[in-house]
Parts: sequence; C-alpha cells; structure tokens
Amino acid sequence: MDFMQVLTSAFSSALGPQAIVFALAAIGLNIHFGYTGLLNFGQAGFMAVGAYGLAVTVVTLEFPFWLGIAIGLMAPIVLAIVLGVPTLRLRADYLAIATIATAEILRLIFGAVEYKDVFGGTNGLNGFAGTFQDLNPYSRGIDLGIVAFRRDDLWSLTVGWILVALSCVLVWALMRSPWGRVLRSIREDEDAVRSLGKNVFFYKMQALILGGLFGGIAGIFYALKQASVVPTDYSTQFTFFAYTALLIGGAARVLGPVVGAMIFWFLMSGLGTFFGQATSGADPLIPTWAMTDVQASVVRLILVGLGLMLLMIYRPQGIFGDRKELAIDAR
Amino acid sequence: MRLTLKVLVSAFLALLVLCAPIGAGATEAPTPSPGTATEEPPGEASTPPQDGPYIGVTLLNSADDGAPLPGVTLTVQSPEGQPVAEGVTGPEGRVFIPIPERGSYVVSIDPTTLPAGIQFDGSTERTVNALLDGGNFAQFQIGAEERVETPFGERLVTATLGGIKFGLIVALAALGLNLVFGTTKLTNFSHGELITFGAIATYVANRGLGLPVIYAVVAAVFAGAVFGYLQDKVLWKPLRNKGIGVIAMMIVSIGFGLFLRFIFQYTFGGSRRSLSEYGAQRRDEYLGFINLAPKELGIIVVAAVVLTVTCVALMKTRLGKAMRAVADNPALSASSGMRVDGVVRSVWILGTALTALSGALLAINSQVNFLMGFKLLLLVFAAVTLGGLGTIWGALVGSMIIGLLYEVGPLFGVPSSIKEVGALIVLILILLIRPQGILGRRERIG
Repeated sequence: MDFMQVLTSAFSSALGPQAIVFALAAIGLNIHFGYTGLLNFGQAGFMAVGAYGLAVTVVTLEFPFWLGIAIGLMAPIVLAIVLGVPTLRLRADYLAIATIATAEILRLIFGAVEYKDVFGGTNGLNGFAGTFQDLNPYSRGIDLGIVAFRRDDLWSLTVGWILVALSCVLVWALMRSPWGRVLRSIREDEDAVRSLGKNVFFYKMQALILGGLFGGIAGIFYALKQASVVPTDYSTQFTFFAYTALLIGGAARVLGPVVGAMIFWFLMSGLGTFFGQATSGADPLIPTWAMTDVQASVVRLILVGLGLMLLMIYRPQGIFGDRKELAIDAR
Repeated sequence: MRLTLKVLVSAFLALLVLCAPIGAGATEAPTPSPGTATEEPPGEASTPPQDGPYIGVTLLNSADDGAPLPGVTLTVQSPEGQPVAEGVTGPEGRVFIPIPERGSYVVSIDPTTLPAGIQFDGSTERTVNALLDGGNFAQFQIGAEERVETPFGERLVTATLGGIKFGLIVALAALGLNLVFGTTKLTNFSHGELITFGAIATYVANRGLGLPVIYAVVAAVFAGAVFGYLQDKVLWKPLRNKGIGVIAMMIVSIGFGLFLRFIFQYTFGGSRRSLSEYGAQRRDEYLGFINLAPKELGIIVVAAVVLTVTCVALMKTRLGKAMRAVADNPALSASSGMRVDGVVRSVWILGTALTALSGALLAINSQVNFLMGFKLLLLVFAAVTLGGLGTIWGALVGSMIIGLLYEVGPLFGVPSSIKEVGALIVLILILLIRPQGILGRRERIG
C-alpha cells in the first residue's frame, strides 16, 4: 500500500483539469439551483452544445477557431431560451424532467450513426484544439513534489483556473447586485416577487441563460483540454456528479462549487487509487472474494450516491452554506 | 400499398475467434467477452490449426434461425490493405484462416459469394486485433440488409405490436411512478433502478436459485413488494417525518438511484445476461396477420391483466379509494381518520411491486443489465408527463403512446439507432402545448 501514490493522485485531480470542468459546471448549477431555485438536471446538455458548437464549426464546417469558440458560447444561450420558454412557467420538477430529457436527446443525436458525417458518431470529433495548444507559452511541465503536471496540462490549468476565478468574481458581483437579490427572492417566494411587480419569468430566463453559459464554458474547456469531444462524456451522470460537487461545497455560496469540485475529485481519485491498490497485487489488502479489482473501480461511485443522499438529508447546506439562507423547498 | 424498400430483416452473427498458440488457449473452449450481443455460443466441432495464430469466423444467418452460411469467401488483409490470406466457410459456416503473426487485421466478406437474396450493405469489414496471448474471443454482429418487398402495412403491424408490448411494460413502471408521485409528490429519480431491481431479482431467482422463469417472476414481484416496504420504512418515511421538502427528496432519490445502480454493477457486473428459458423464440402467426413469439404474447397478456386488475382495484376497493383520497388532499384524509402513513406505505409496496414486474418482463423480453432501468427511466417520465403526472389512467394512456412512438417512429423517419429521441421530443412538445398532460388537471401544474 503506497499512501504517497494515493495522495498524489488525489491532489493532482483536485487541482487538475477535471476539477476545473466540474467547478465551472457547478458554478452554472449554483446560479440555477443555489440562487434561483431552478432544477436544471441537464447541465451535461449545456456542456455538450458548447463543446459540439466549437467542434462542429471547426472540424465539420472548417471555419476558424475563434468563430468556433463564439458559436460554442452562443449554443448554450440558444438552448437555454428553447428550454426555458416552455418550462420556466411550470413547477420545478417539470423543468427537471425537461432538461434531463433534452440533455439525453442531445447526447443520443450527437452519438447517432445516422449523423456521423456531422457529429462523428460515437467516436466524436477531434482536431479542433490546435490553435489552443499553439498558444501554450510554457516550454516544459511543472513538478511541485507531490504533484506534477505535464506541459499541456499546465497550460489547461492556467486557463482553467483563470476562468474559474473570473467566474467567481462575476457571480459574486452579480449576486450582491439588486438583480441577484431578485433571484434569491424568487428562490424563496416566487409569488411575493411577482406581487412586487417583477417579471419572474424573465429573471428566471436570465438565470437559466447565465448558468447554462457557464455549463457551455465548462464544455468548451473540457473539449479543448481533451482535444476531442465524445458523446459519452456528456451523460446524465455528469450532471448528477456536478450536483454532488455543488452540494459538498455548499449551494448559494460563491466559492461553494469550486471547493466542492476540488473535494469531490480529491475523494474520487483518492478512493479510486486506494481501492485499486487494496485489491491489486499477489496478496491484496482486501481479499478477492470480497472485492475484485474490477469491483474496486465501482466502490467510489457507490459512495458518491450514498454521499449525495446523506449530504442532502443531514447537511443540505454543504460545508460553507448557511442553512437559513437556503431553505430548499418545493415551488 | 406495396413498396420496394430496403428493410433490415436479417442480421448475421459472425463469430470471430482469435487464437494465438501461446498457452493452452487454443484448445480451450473460449468464453464470450462480456457486453456483446450474442445468441449463439461458440462452436465445439471446430478444428483450428494447432501450429500458429489464426482468425476463426463463423457465419450464421440469424434471420433463418441461426442457419450456417457455407461457401462464403472471407479475406484477411493487413491494415495497410495488403491481402494476407483467404478462406471459404465450410458446411458449419465456419472457417479458420491462419495468419502469419499476431497483430491487427481486417477481415472482409466477399458479398458476391453470399447465397442469393442476402446482401450486405457497407459493413462487410471488421478490424480484428489478434494481440493477446492465449485464446481470444470476440463477437461482432455484422449488419446485413436483405432486399425484399415487405408491404408497408405489414411492417406497420409488426411495429405496432412491438409498440403495444413495449408500452405495456413501460405502463407497469409508469403506474408505479405515478402512484408514488400522486401520494407523496416525489418525482422519484431512483425509479429506473427499481425496474433493474425486478430484472435482477428475476435473474437471481432463476439462475441462482434454479427456479423456472415463471416462478422467478413471481418471486421478483414479491421481492419488489418487500423492497418497497423497506424503502419506505428505512428511507422515505423518516424523511417525510423530518419535514424535508419535495425538491430535497428528489435529490435524495438521485443519490439513492446512483447508489443502487452501482451496487447492482458491483454485485451483478457490467455484462448482459440472459435468463435460462425463453431465449430467442420463433414467431408464430395468430389471426392471419399477427406475428408474435409465445413469450411476447405472454408478456402482453400478463401486463394487460395486471394493469387492468390494478386499475379496477384502485377504483373499487377501500384501499384504492384511500390512495386516491391521500393523493388528492393528505391533510383532509388525515383529519377524516385515515392512516396516511399506512396508505403511503401500501402505495410504495404496490408501486415497487408493479415496477419489479415491469423489470421482470423486460428481462424475459431481452436481457438483464445493471443499466437497463436507468435507460428506461426517461421514457417512463415521458409517459407519465404525457398522460398527466400523478393520474392513474394517464400513466396507461401516456405509456401506450410512448411505446407506439418508440417502435413505429422509425417507419416515419426517426433514426432507428436513437428510437428514444422521438418519444423524448414528444415530452418536450407536450410541455409546450399541454403541460398538465392529456388527462391531467390544470391546477396540478402550479
């Protein structure tokens, strides 16, 4: 058992690109769920349209990279409007079902063999990240002792954490503005806000668009980091994991999603490596009849489910949240 | 109306057996790799060459009950396109083609040597990686298209029957979901795992305990009822008593769903498995135009009878009336002297048992996999939203429409590899036009 290796993999995931993707997606969910009370279960769909917006523009249509980025940013906005118009007037669970269904429709269409020419089928698309990689100013990677990052990852990390920081500043500024206060009061009591003459529908729509945009940015970042887009990356499970990350950190807190994503990936990677080591080798720590090395990769996923349940039951405000601020309730 | 159309009516099952001579693998019976669709076990009367690596191919026409295809020429090429070797399938539809060394090869079928009436379309090639030591085994379902004239009407009837069968299976699960939603207002995202629970319980009772499939289904429904009781006792009732909001409960159900799904993966594994009976069955003709396998007929009858009995019971019995009363107004029911908690518990028991039956029927219809329920979940959601969340008859109407759309959609242009999309788009549309669903009441949507 090599605990150093467990720690190394845990830390490199907590600081690495995976945590950044989750942080960006969870910042979007925080605007939806934490501040406005909207249940968006289709964040993976917003990520997918962002990523595929970029990939299809550059690879299939052969337009320049920066136009691809622009399209990738436009796509989640369009998706938010299309989704919001029918569902934002309805009860919260309708939005949940509609968004989860839309995310699944998008994933199926992106992976369909019938549209292979456009979206690349199950293999996805690649060859659009050249411009991003050429911008890399670093000549070599970095070794911080416990964690080390390659040159490519270092560049992704720099861009990613700057994006996360800027997003946090933006959310912080918006949420202390009058606009943010209206969002929070919509979460608490929609009818009261309506009686004050605010157009609740438009505020919800703006929140949906903004949060979806962060989802799109997460998708674009992920696509650039991977240098490819694959439909299976944008499954419903991703959205649920992002929710878990958000709830660990604490919803309705500016830094909640960021800290949550880091902790989530620290635990995911650490546990994965731990159980992987505990079941490998000639004389494994955990006997084979109790757990094989194939099963070891599933344990952490079971724990995510259990963790999400227990968090929601015993500490719905997460680490930083304020229970009084966040009275999660049915609308 | 007779149309000449290219229809996917037959699929070839080609078994590509790769063996390298190192180790004892070449003589051992190979085990199927998990996750591939297979209907035929690897053959036993094979005579592979003993002195070198080879690629073995078995060609079976699954449209003709797995009849072997002799006399078909297969060519093995290196990835660069250099021909390496070729062979002709024998009377068992089997051929072993020696290859010079382990590596990556492209196996292609010469379509001109296929028997008359059968044509491959495009996918006559497979890349094979003969890289591992010992016996490797890989299976590929190679799509084949047979040009035949199938009247549009006949295909419509087949698709409609498939839709009715699928709709009834969805309806059982949808009724379970709607009963729970009606009484507790919980949109249960772990409902898909309750379907999987039924399927896996059937599998365990059948393969593990050795019960015949029919009894295994009964056992699974009973296990579902117990599971529903325990779920309510251990998880949902304490949460209700704690006064946790509906949205928080919904997120708890997501966590519970993830938890169950991966518990299933942990214990059951990631592969697809079949029950011991009712595998592939030949379709018989009923009333001159209805073609159904006996098991499909059984599924339709069982589901229809159970649904009818349940719905009549919900309409007529005291418990059924109590359930509807609690669904309508829990506070008023409680103050009229009803044990609301008891009613909710019965709803969990009934709902989970119905859902387990849905999973068991699905397991008979195809195979058992830890993801099968989760894949169905959104279609169940689509069905209840279409029919009306929380309404009993709505679940039935919505499910039948979704089932038919799912199966008939491909005849009208829905890409057949993503049949779900048609049904899910209807879900979005119904929210635009009539969000309360076909049978829902206006005030429910709030």
